[in-house]
Amino acid sequence: MLVIQIILLFFFLFAWSRVFRKYRLNEIKLKELVIWSFFWLIAAIVVLVPNFTSTIAKIVGIGRGADLVIYMSVALLFYILFRVFIRLEKIENNITKITRELALKDNNKKE
Amino acid sequence: MTELVVVPAYNEAAMIGRVVRDLFQHNWNNILVVNDGSTDATAYSVKAAGVKMVSHTINRGQGAALETGNEYARRNSFDVVVHFDGDGQLNAADIKGAIEKLNSGYDVVLGSRFLDNRSRLPWTKRYLILPVARFVNYILTGVSLSDAHNGFRVLNKLALEKIRITQSGMAHNSEIVAETKRLGLRYIEYPVEIKYLEYGQGLKGGIKIIFDWIFKS
Repeated sequence: MLVIQIILLFFFLFAWSRVFRKYRLNEIKLKELVIWSFFWLIAAIVVLVPNFTSTIAKIVGIGRGADLVIYMSVALLFYILFRVFIRLEKIENNITKITRELALKDNNKKE
Repeated sequence: MTELVVVPAYNEAAMIGRVVRDLFQHNWNNILVVNDGSTDATAYSVKAAGVKMVSHTINRGQGAALETGNEYARRNSFDVVVHFDGDGQLNAADIKGAIEKLNSGYDVVLGSRFLDNRSRLPWTKRYLILPVARFVNYILTGVSLSDAHNGFRVLNKLALEKIRITQSGMAHNSEIVAETKRLGLRYIEYPVEIKYLEYGQGLKGGIKIIFDWIFKS
């Protein structure tokens, strides 16, 4: 086993333990636990059996398995970034709405 | 008919008193200062000037402040809203004519500093920044105006009911223009004077406006 494989596996295990902890503390739902467990499990498989990705890479027409992983990761990251962006925007708008209501309510009280 | 002059102010302690007095002197008595979470003595200056004020607990941007003013006007049944920057660059003498213009058959009157020669602009603004801003504004909104962004506009009741400003930052200028067009409101430009006390938003501000417009609408 390569050193990088061991390091990555430990990291994945650590990441998953964080997810599980959040689930136990009721900070995330069961659905999210399942999704993230699945995600880290796939990551572990990819690291343990690199040929696994090569096989899929060949099927979809990419030369190397490592390239496939990077392409997929970048696409996924952009998607997550987009989701976070939308979410942030919504939160910003909500803060503005609350601030506005507070300002107008305070004013009513004084009159 | 009742008019409300909405004055957005963020850290304008030094100027706001003068702005309000100028408005009073021109017989505008329905004034609402929207204190946008100022961290200086703006609130104190406004109180000293004896004018109505609502305060954002935290700074939310000029667009957000103007929408708060609009919402106040809706709830208190005002017929006309004047947006009038709190930084002391506008001239209260321009309001009367702008409202007359509005009443001659328009829903929105937009201030422009290029329709007469009262405004003395720094040449970089006149020849470099504003032509670009106008062009970008045209691309974004589909409306060709002689001026792009300035803090003076008048809305009638119809425009007030229909337009909702969702752009919290400075991109609200383009948003209001775009909404005016989309909603089929009748609009016209009106010459206003801008006194240049300081430079304003500069190029960085302009880039942020474009960014906000693209990603936040």
